Amino acid sequence: MMPENKGLPVFQRIQFLFLLIIFTLFSFQNVRANGHETASDSVSVANSEHHANHEANHEGAHGEEAFNPGKMILDHVKDAHDWHIMDINGHAVSVPLPVILYDNGLHFFSSSKFEHGHATVESNGNFYKLHNGHIFKTDASGELQLNEKGEALNDKPLDLSITKNVFALLLGAALLLIIFLSVAKSYKKRGTSAPKGLQSLLEPLILFMKDEVIKPSVGKHYAKFLPLLLTIFFFIFINNLMGLIPIFPFGANLTGNIAVTMVLAVIVFIVVNFSGNKHYWKHIFMPDVPVGLWVLLIPIEILGVVLKPFVLMLRLFANITAGHIIILGFFSLIFIFGTKNVVAGYGSAVFSVAFTLFMSVLELLVAFLQAYVFTLLASLYIGSATEEHHHAEEHH
Amino acid sequence: MELVLPGVGLTFWMVLVFGILLFMLKKFAWKPILTALSERENSIEEALKSAEQAREQMAKLKSDNEALYKEAREERDQILKEAREMKENIISEAKKSAEEEGKRMIQKASDEINKQKANAIAELKGQVASLSVNIAEKLINNQLSNNEEQQNIIAKQVNNLNNNQQAIA
Repeated sequence: MMPENKGLPVFQRIQFLFLLIIFTLFSFQNVRANGHETASDSVSVANSEHHANHEANHEGAHGEEAFNPGKMILDHVKDAHDWHIMDINGHAVSVPLPVILYDNGLHFFSSSKFEHGHATVESNGNFYKLHNGHIFKTDASGELQLNEKGEALNDKPLDLSITKNVFALLLGAALLLIIFLSVAKSYKKRGTSAPKGLQSLLEPLILFMKDEVIKPSVGKHYAKFLPLLLTIFFFIFINNLMGLIPIFPFGANLTGNIAVTMVLAVIVFIVVNFSGNKHYWKHIFMPDVPVGLWVLLIPIEILGVVLKPFVLMLRLFANITAGHIIILGFFSLIFIFGTKNVVAGYGSAVFSVAFTLFMSVLELLVAFLQAYVFTLLASLYIGSATEEHHHAEEHH
Repeated sequence: MELVLPGVGLTFWMVLVFGILLFMLKKFAWKPILTALSERENSIEEALKSAEQAREQMAKLKSDNEALYKEAREERDQILKEAREMKENIISEAKKSAEEEGKRMIQKASDEINKQKANAIAELKGQVASLSVNIAEKLINNQLSNNEEQQNIIAKQVNNLNNNQQAIA
């Protein structure tokens, strides 16, 4: 079956990407520990990246603020309260976004008031400060209690701000609504005659997902799940593509955010388990093996039920985040070489641009592929939960 | 590890926005789109089906025509064959009757000839008899005058008669 064939390379790929992410994360942690100069002994994992950054920091300390690729990349990949576009002479140019806090009543103000973490904001008698991308509650003096790793220990209000990703989410949803409502209108208008314009662009995609992916995977009751699965597919696809456009208001790492993929995976989990028939539950709690093996198999099956959507969540998150990290990594090379030597910077720019172009094209494929894989696997999980005749299904 | 920890705010907005999006798209986009698509599928299927039916009908009509044509050809052959047979019959009958007629006419002619011949013989016989009587008369007349002369005449006459008879025979 398809997922078995597909499964191996996908998982290998995820492993690789995960290593990459973990590697990047660790280097970021080192850099941060370095920056605060509190305890370099708190992180004993010293790697070459660490040393490289260390040296770069020292060398750059003469002139303006040193370029820190790890911080730049992670600041991009993470969510943020304002939309950072560029720096001009050390001053950040960014689009402020609304901050919404729930802390004994709603607090509503612009993120520009934080002045990128330098200012303490007073709102309805409460004081807030931005630290490492999070909002903490402080007293009037704006003092933060930091632990040895530089993490603030202050209370956090419930943060429902329109962050960069929430903004991208709203934009993506609006775009989807505009596109599909207009397409639906032309379907209503044109009836059974041939498609035209935007309709003919999207129809092959809709038909492909419906007839080649969802119908064979889900099986007989596919019609009931079509709206959800098509919405999931186009939501992921559009937001993946929007994430690849590097100009405001696009380029947010929305589908590479674990919260977004988690919600999608939880929806799939709920749908699969609420539509599961008696064969599905029998397979989990009374498998077709000798009773003695139930002790072993039932926990594995229950784990499988949770693991399937969990893997969906990780796959999408890791693929899209890794794509953003790789592209930004290539760009960082220009500035890493550029701070050493201007000529080296221009020289590496040629290669960086070529590689980034190549990666961007590859990411276009990944944007479609990940949306496709997510929908295909969700369809297969729903299909195996609703299928009438009981036979062996794959174990992930 | 912050990267792999879902943020509360984004999770809240994602649930809200995706929920609304799903509801809106399901009601106002997927329903008309999927209905139109399945309607189109049905109409195409029906068109194909009716085309297939028409093709079948055409094939049936064609085979009907062929059967009719074959039948007509057979009929024509039959008629031709009959005509040929009839012609041969007529010719052979005509021949037969002509032959018979010929034979009959020949028969009639030979009969007539025989009859004429018999008549001629009978007439000849009568003449011979009257001639003999004449000769006898003359002979008797001559005998009365000269016996020798009478003898000569008789001999001469009989000779003549014999010659005549030979000529006749």
